Amino acid sequence: MARINQRHKPGFVPLTLFFILFLIFLYGPTATIAILSFQGPDGGLTFPMNGISLHWFRQLFEPQQVGDFGGSLLRSVMLGFAVMICTAAFSLLAGLAYRRKFKGSDALFYLSLVSLILPSILISLGIGIMFDRLGLAPTWYTSAFGAHLTWTLPFGLLIMFAVFNRFNRSYEAAAMDMGATAWQTFRFVVFPLVLPSLIGVSLFGFTLSYDEFARTLMTSGTFNTLPLEIYGMTTNVTTPVLYALGTVTTLFSFSLIFCAMFAVHLLKKHRAKTVN
Amino acid sequence: MRFFSQYISYFQAAPLALIILLFLLFPVLTILVVSFWDYDSYRLIPDFITENYEFLLTSPVTYSAYLKTLFYAIATLVITLLIGFTVAYYIAFYIRNSFVQSLLFIACTVPFLTSNIIRMISWIPLLGRNGLVNSALLETHIIDEPIEWLLYSDFSVILAFVHLYTLFVVVPVFNSMMRIDRNLVEAAIDSGASAMQTITHVILPLCKSGLAIGSIFVMTLVMGDFITVTMMSGGLSASVGVLIRNEISLLQYPAAAANAIVLLGTVLIMLSVMFRFINIKKEL
Repeated sequence: MARINQRHKPGFVPLTLFFILFLIFLYGPTATIAILSFQGPDGGLTFPMNGISLHWFRQLFEPQQVGDFGGSLLRSVMLGFAVMICTAAFSLLAGLAYRRKFKGSDALFYLSLVSLILPSILISLGIGIMFDRLGLAPTWYTSAFGAHLTWTLPFGLLIMFAVFNRFNRSYEAAAMDMGATAWQTFRFVVFPLVLPSLIGVSLFGFTLSYDEFARTLMTSGTFNTLPLEIYGMTTNVTTPVLYALGTVTTLFSFSLIFCAMFAVHLLKKHRAKTVN
Repeated sequence: MRFFSQYISYFQAAPLALIILLFLLFPVLTILVVSFWDYDSYRLIPDFITENYEFLLTSPVTYSAYLKTLFYAIATLVITLLIGFTVAYYIAFYIRNSFVQSLLFIACTVPFLTSNIIRMISWIPLLGRNGLVNSALLETHIIDEPIEWLLYSDFSVILAFVHLYTLFVVVPVFNSMMRIDRNLVEAAIDSGASAMQTITHVILPLCKSGLAIGSIFVMTLVMGDFITVTMMSGGLSASVGVLIRNEISLLQYPAAAANAIVLLGTVLIMLSVMFRFINIKKEL
């Protein structure tokens, strides 16, 4: 009878402790550098804190200190945005395509999986050499853009697969029966239903591109994206300005995640209201 | 209209197919071709030679790099599977409130959407010679001298891998666990199975494909990695990815290409074994 009272299910206490330790393991290091980024002007890379200041955050915006922070941030945001749009659009389209059987669908599906799990250095090297052989200069908005899509699109595709597998086709059938055209059915029935998942796909598209390092390495050309810039800094910057940068980009990612979740929440609330 | 609706799937799948063709198939073919080319210090020379492979396969450096990489991959896999399974098991079977359940699940996945490089850097103030761990241990007189192997060692490399990739196990395993019919678990308990027996005889077999998907991600991510190994070993350790990266920076593209093709072959062999355990389409 013990199992009826779930609170006292055997193993609850040790497993809860284990889970809490896991969360500390996940977030602890990031929290540490967040604290250290508020070091006083004389503070170093490790504890103790030598006063508290915003000194290193100010340093971040002085160009001579950290290479090209502003420029690389701008490039990463624009690239992430473009990758996000294409990931959302292309994976939605592909998801729709896979609701029917078509020739080559299995091959394309397995190639997408390969794309997801192929070591990123292979993609980076391959695209780098291919552009070199074609006589094209690699840039962040061509070769790096393509390289990022090989990683974000399969993720988007898998999410859309999961969505359409659970999709109730009778809504569509009802719309069609009432005389809606194919476009109207998509626009007013299918699209609103998949929109929350599409926001999730977009979030993945943006953040995966924004943080991508290995695939950008050989494909970004002359100008660095933010992860490349940060990597460059790890070898030659020995002040907490590095931590300040880490804290700023992590906060940026967190706020994006929060916005996306909030948008999904609003959509669901809105839908619940209109249905009732 | 009839023509259009007949072929609409092809139009819808076209952008994906185009990206795969241009940025996956062509680049991999390019690597394959270039791996047979000759080169000198300035340029690539189109040719058909097998020296790149001969050099690679006879060099002891290659073998030690593969051994090192396999060591990292297996150690990381074992640890991430243990931690990932336990965490997923806790969220799936011990948390009854579905809101709390999704909250905890999201807490485990959020770090995936932040920068890996920053997450690696953030170990430095903890593990360094004057880092938090060493100071705490010195302060409490557990040790008399700072531990040197905390940072820039195999330990820190594996620690970083586990830190970065455990959620690749948590997500698919949690997904598998949520599909397990709870009656099966109850039936096992009712028939007198202990908690451990329920795990080994009921839950574990039903999570097989989730564990396989997680293993595929962890193995391929570790096998192809160069940045974690470079940063966390302080440049002291050479995995296969690091070798390729070094050849790239020396502009020895054909050598790097041959190395990449061998890596690709190794990864594909491992995958073909792991894919036997799963039907990926059923998992979505």
